[in-house]
Amino acid sequence: MELLMQQPFYKRLNLADWLFALFIAVVTGYTFSLYGSRMDIYEDLILLGSGAGIVALGWFWGSWRWFFPLAGAMSLLAIELYDHNLARAGESFGLKYLLSSQSSFMWMCTLFFLATAIYWAGLLSRSDMLNRIGSGLTWAASAFALAGLFTRWYESYLIAPDVGRIPVSNLYEVFILFCLITALMYLYYEAKFAARQLGAFVLLVISAAVGFILWYTFDRQAHTIQPLIPALQSWWMKIHVPANFVGYGAFALSAMLGVAQLLSRRGILTDKLPKAEVIDEMMYKAISVGFLFFTIATILGAMWAADAWGGYWSWDPKETWALIVWLNYAAWLHVRLVKGWRGEPLAWWAVIGLLVTTFAFIGVNMFLSGLHSYGSL
Amino acid sequence: MNSQKKPASPGYRLYELLSSMRFAIGLLTILSIASVIGTVLKQNEPYPNYAFEFGQFWFKAFEYLGLYDVYHSAWFLTILAFLVTSTTLCIVRNGPVFLRDMKGFREKAAEGSLKAMKHSRELAVSLDEAQAVALIQQRGMRYKRSQRDDGSIVLAAKKGSGSKLGYFFAHIAMVVICIGGLMDGNLPLKIGELTGSIVPETRELPQGQIPAQSRLGANNLSFRGSVTVVENKSADVIFMNSGKGYLVQELPFIVTLKKFHVDYYSNGMPKLFASDIVVTDKASGKETPATVKVNHPMIVDGVAIYQASFGDGGSPLELKAWNLAQPQSAASEIKGVSLNSQPLRVNGQDYQLEFGDLRVFNIENMGKREADGKTLQQRMHDVREVKQDTKNLKNVGPSITYKLRDSHGQAREFHHYMAPMEQEGALYQIAGVRSEVAQPFQYLRIPLDDELKIDSFMRLQAALKNPVLYDEIARRTTAKAMQGAAISPAMEKQFGDSVKWILARFGEGGFVALEKFLDAKVPADKRQAIAQTYIKILQGAVIDVMAVAQEKAGLKPWPQDEKHYRFLLDSLVTVSAFNDYKAPLYLELQGFDQVQSSGLQMTRSPGKNLVYLGSLMLVIGIILMFYVREVRLWLVLRAGSVRVAMSSNRHNRDLDEDFDKIVGALSPRAGEV
Repeated sequence: MELLMQQPFYKRLNLADWLFALFIAVVTGYTFSLYGSRMDIYEDLILLGSGAGIVALGWFWGSWRWFFPLAGAMSLLAIELYDHNLARAGESFGLKYLLSSQSSFMWMCTLFFLATAIYWAGLLSRSDMLNRIGSGLTWAASAFALAGLFTRWYESYLIAPDVGRIPVSNLYEVFILFCLITALMYLYYEAKFAARQLGAFVLLVISAAVGFILWYTFDRQAHTIQPLIPALQSWWMKIHVPANFVGYGAFALSAMLGVAQLLSRRGILTDKLPKAEVIDEMMYKAISVGFLFFTIATILGAMWAADAWGGYWSWDPKETWALIVWLNYAAWLHVRLVKGWRGEPLAWWAVIGLLVTTFAFIGVNMFLSGLHSYGSL
Repeated sequence: MNSQKKPASPGYRLYELLSSMRFAIGLLTILSIASVIGTVLKQNEPYPNYAFEFGQFWFKAFEYLGLYDVYHSAWFLTILAFLVTSTTLCIVRNGPVFLRDMKGFREKAAEGSLKAMKHSRELAVSLDEAQAVALIQQRGMRYKRSQRDDGSIVLAAKKGSGSKLGYFFAHIAMVVICIGGLMDGNLPLKIGELTGSIVPETRELPQGQIPAQSRLGANNLSFRGSVTVVENKSADVIFMNSGKGYLVQELPFIVTLKKFHVDYYSNGMPKLFASDIVVTDKASGKETPATVKVNHPMIVDGVAIYQASFGDGGSPLELKAWNLAQPQSAASEIKGVSLNSQPLRVNGQDYQLEFGDLRVFNIENMGKREADGKTLQQRMHDVREVKQDTKNLKNVGPSITYKLRDSHGQAREFHHYMAPMEQEGALYQIAGVRSEVAQPFQYLRIPLDDELKIDSFMRLQAALKNPVLYDEIARRTTAKAMQGAAISPAMEKQFGDSVKWILARFGEGGFVALEKFLDAKVPADKRQAIAQTYIKILQGAVIDVMAVAQEKAGLKPWPQDEKHYRFLLDSLVTVSAFNDYKAPLYLELQGFDQVQSSGLQMTRSPGKNLVYLGSLMLVIGIILMFYVREVRLWLVLRAGSVRVAMSSNRHNRDLDEDFDKIVGALSPRAGEV
């Protein structure tokens, strides 16, 4: 994201970039022609903004140019198969075994577990082939996750029009979002730093989340779709929650990179992992992205709170823990940038940071009561 | 900075400490830890709750430390103040240096320092100035030219100075946010309480009688409190919790609640809470109607009005009172108002009838946990299924709670539902009772007759407890037994007496009375058999009890089918259970005229916009700091050689690449020196 390096960015765009932009513009236009008559000005702007955002992401990150259309096509196929009838989930072969949101999520879980195993095999045997397969499986799992979320969004409207809502409103859904975002961020850095060996570590934290999702589904039946309670009926939710999970995902990613770096610096797997300095820099990049998004998410949360709870800051446990997480990474960035710390101490700090983040994410819901009680276990 | 300075004065050393990085990091750490306390200990609960939880000693200790409102305690605010000071001093201390740095090109850099840079190389290539300038401009850099004494030309270029600007944005943002927060905080209140000009009220008083020292004027800069308004009533103040008591905040307007709405989804989850209100300005008398919903506050005069809670507002009730002590007397009508009390005279005794909440909707979870006892395969199937929540939420209809307090002040509390509830295929009216608030309610279920009323049950109960009827009942039961040849003629008299005796025992104390008798008088090994006999006789006699009761009331005979027999058996259980109800009256909710109340929270926070401004600056600052890279490039042009030197504030890997590119661009012309 070198905004000011080299030539102006538009001069660096190639034919593929422009074709992608054209494609998204056509899709956006088609969507507008279908639904434009029922949309108000805000929805027009949101559609336009989404289109622009997808194009920007595609220009910034080449892989997005095929990943997003693929996930989109999967969910469109699912919608086609549903044919406005929820009961088709159990009848249509394609939905039952592949594309209904629950089947997609189960595929996502399976593929993430497989990817973890393959990445580890690749790391230990120093096989680039295996690492590439691991990478491919992670891409596939992510595609199922994104397509599954889109499909679930549609399914919620099939249950009843007033039940319909974006699937980021309970712990089950945000865990899937967490897996998706962490995986995508890792895939970006993996390609940028040519560091496929690190998948073994990053996929561990994703697998842990997948384990939680499975327990939550099988034991608690948490996958059922519930309508939104009044407190959550706000468009702030649509941006607050995803922004927060970019933060959580980045912090989880950095912690796993921290683990890899610590092992490497202690002579464990040193010859199999990328250079410790490279891991160090990836860790820094992940934290700086996470910090930016976490800041934005917290501010969005404050603005939402000002609409919902009567004040932008109420020292609610979730808010307070978000502040603690923020202060933690603010301090991390200060000692790195100002004091010039590198290596082990920061790696340790990133690992401990994950504990703090995890508590803010799940621990608060489990142990502390407060206004943020939607995500309780 | 400069190590050859003379020893610093204490004041300067304090300034250095306060503006230092380690001090700031220390503060961040302390702030984090302090914040944790407030999340672990529930904040701003009523003080008696804390005293109860911690005991007197720790309650006092924690109160002294301000742990019940950590985020507004003096020590917490002090830490925040230090953080603001530290950040401000950091800006003051580093600002000028950064500004100079941002402006300057360092074109006077000495050859030695350029040479010492990590990215520096002397290339044997002759480059004229125009080519060099083109190279710089191609990269979108600005430059400054200077000529050294030896005739060589230095072109000092740079870009990405915004990175330094990010520092200012982010750090000033923190100060702005804290000032905004301080404006909305309750610091003036705390000071007022310390100096004694504001005294929280601890007594429960009507609003009008609360003394001036506990009232805050409408011109108060910032506040956050709430008030409960009943439908078609108004409020012009809000209440704020303050330590042990509360304060009254006057409003510049009057809020009238017209109507409160609740909507539910088809599965019973709440969908909408909304209040139709009218706001009347006190000064101009202007009326503004509006609907306040969760997530959609109304803003008047800089005061935001939020939908915070709801409840019963005191609804007129119609009840039917069944006299349990004298079951033969007819039921009477009683009128009352929920949340209010009224005197009541029953059978010569004085009582106070205290109504609690009328709850029109009672959403209960009727579902069982489906996962229990399922095979893996079933679970796999469930997981793949796309469906709505399995929670079987159901509205079981209106309920009322009331207390009946006798002249000694002893009270029992009752929780009665109005609508029939289906259980195991039959319909019942559900009534709960408890003698202490801490206990759960004990519920009894009263079987309903064909008209879905409890009248038949009450008639049966009255007959069961009426000894006058026992002769007739016993006669019929005996005749029936004789007819069915269940007993011999010789036993007739004895059987009839047994029926009467059993009815009398049961009428007095239900199954428990029979059991007590068995325990006292019958050897243990025979109890089981005799108990069976009693129950059989009772189950036979209850048909006749009902028949007699119907005849006496002039009603048609009780139908003899399975459904109606089940009613009788259920009734026996309930009559027995009524012995634990221990009340002179059973009040049956017949009708109501719902009056709701709405809890409105009101906030005035003038610091909000400042906080948002600070937040925006913070985001801009972070983006500039992390994503704008400051790069400097020096080209020293000499006859036959060029020195290329580069530096950057961070990202060494990127700098490596850039440096290689520039060197690569120049290198084809000549080899390295």
